[in-house]
Amino acid sequence: MLDAILQMDCLALAEAIRTRQVSSLEATSACLEAIDKYNQKIGAFLTVFQQQALDQARDVDRRIQAGDKVGPLAGVPIAVKDNICTTFGPTTCGSKILANFRSPCNATVVERLMRADAIIIGKTNMDEFAMGSTTENSAFGPTHNPWDLGRVAGGSSGGSAAAVAARMCFGALGSDTGGSIRQPAAFCGVVGLKPTYGRVSRFGLVAYGSSLDQIGPLARSVRDCALLLNVIGGHDPKDSTSVPPEIVPDEDLLARLDQPIDGLRIGLVKGATEGADLPIRQAIGRAVDTYRAMGAEVVELEIPALDYSVATYYIIATAEASSNLARYDGVHYGYRSPAARDCMEVYTRSRAEGLGKEVKRRIMLGTYALSSGYYDAYYLKALKVRNLIRQQIFAALGQCDSILMPVAPTTAFSLGQMAADPLKMYLADVYTIPANLAGIPAISIPVGLDGAGLPVGVQLLGPAFSEGRLLRIARILEKGAHWTCQVPAGLTV
Amino acid sequence: MDNLIDKALVRKVASLARLELSEQEVKEFTGQLCAILEYFHKINLLDTEGIEPLAHCLPITNRLREDQIQPGLDPGQALKNAPDRDGDLFKVPPILEEGLGP
Repeated sequence: MLDAILQMDCLALAEAIRTRQVSSLEATSACLEAIDKYNQKIGAFLTVFQQQALDQARDVDRRIQAGDKVGPLAGVPIAVKDNICTTFGPTTCGSKILANFRSPCNATVVERLMRADAIIIGKTNMDEFAMGSTTENSAFGPTHNPWDLGRVAGGSSGGSAAAVAARMCFGALGSDTGGSIRQPAAFCGVVGLKPTYGRVSRFGLVAYGSSLDQIGPLARSVRDCALLLNVIGGHDPKDSTSVPPEIVPDEDLLARLDQPIDGLRIGLVKGATEGADLPIRQAIGRAVDTYRAMGAEVVELEIPALDYSVATYYIIATAEASSNLARYDGVHYGYRSPAARDCMEVYTRSRAEGLGKEVKRRIMLGTYALSSGYYDAYYLKALKVRNLIRQQIFAALGQCDSILMPVAPTTAFSLGQMAADPLKMYLADVYTIPANLAGIPAISIPVGLDGAGLPVGVQLLGPAFSEGRLLRIARILEKGAHWTCQVPAGLTV
Repeated sequence: MDNLIDKALVRKVASLARLELSEQEVKEFTGQLCAILEYFHKINLLDTEGIEPLAHCLPITNRLREDQIQPGLDPGQALKNAPDRDGDLFKVPPILEEGLGP
């Protein structure tokens, strides 16, 4: 029975709980058991709310038994990335500087999960302040890939991706500034959606690159991503960058998910897959075949400015980060160095001792790019190139319904492999960054395994606020790939 | 191309960012930042004549609301994470040297 429960996706489990075939207590206990068994090895969770989760599960079961109306995620265990604020447990962002931070408020997405009667089972590991593509930059140790413990889970939402893959939860929230939902989803063999900028409230998400950050779901099916976005999306008066209903009307993303799309056009960017490994290129080829087989037209696109997206992104993201992270000064909250003798040393030493190497590197880059004499050549120029990239992507999306691309040039790499060369690590974000720069939605879908038994994902991008259609296009591929999110080989649940 | 950043400039940027760096970090960052900044320079190859800088991708501009009083953090909540406090105040070491204050 346990095994059968853990094979379900959120939607199936929610239905089973509502119809009392399975209790939330059973499902929650099954996840806690998986956490107990594997978290030590995988390092997916930083905090587990064992007692609270069990209490909430019993409460949901009781309400269902009493015939009360419950929310769409009633009784379903969901994990939350540790840069999303909760009033319960710490919110560390994977950083020593926030190791003991207790948020005075819940993020809006957390409030919405709770309103939907989800069970928040724990907070997941991440690269410090979401800066990284491996989850090795966490101050609390790396997350290991459930498919091969010697490899990275990807990042920065590596804990969320690994937890979903290893059946420690049924779905999770991550954040995506330059690929931090989609790349770990691909590395761990789960589905990951970065919504359009402005679709999901960022209130309570600890800021990294404010013009790029967006919260989104990681799950074991496309329909779960639709369900989770249904719950967390929508206008929030507490976030002035969340768009009002006049721009994005409330829509049930599940309602038309399985409806076919007539005259579907899939775009391929000329030359874009050249830098990707063979298994990735083959996966793209198979995805093209799937779409062609159902009658879609495949169009070739040119987006010449795409080649400049990594440089543009790292200037803008680090500039925004250097400003956002100025708040960690050891004064109002967070770590304060006991060695500080005066006020300036409270700033400089608390930051020196509390922040990790990658965060310092990005603060340095951003401070440089914004400093007098360099601002025009780096930051201002990057903002113009961002506009150019966006214009070209919008033009390309005018010729097709969705752009098909790799998620990353490789499958999951070995732990420690990228540590010595930060630039090489940045360059691996080449396929995920464009969606953030353009503010558009993009989804990573697992389509199979490579020769080494590691998950391979592909990515679909769509126009701003087209999530309904994008999820339908992704659903076609999910069905066609004949590969549902499996339990990683080697793990028994 | 001359090195885009040297140790002295790394130290200056660190001081602007209020970061204390060890000698080892200064050395390591100088090399790494040099390589990264050199890579960043490729954007200068692109002609952006007549293209406006894009600060954000939203289809909305400033949103205003009525100036109504809403509940905020009470002092207890605001101070609960304070590294050091004195009653309802955040406490820091002296900012001015002794004798220079009021």
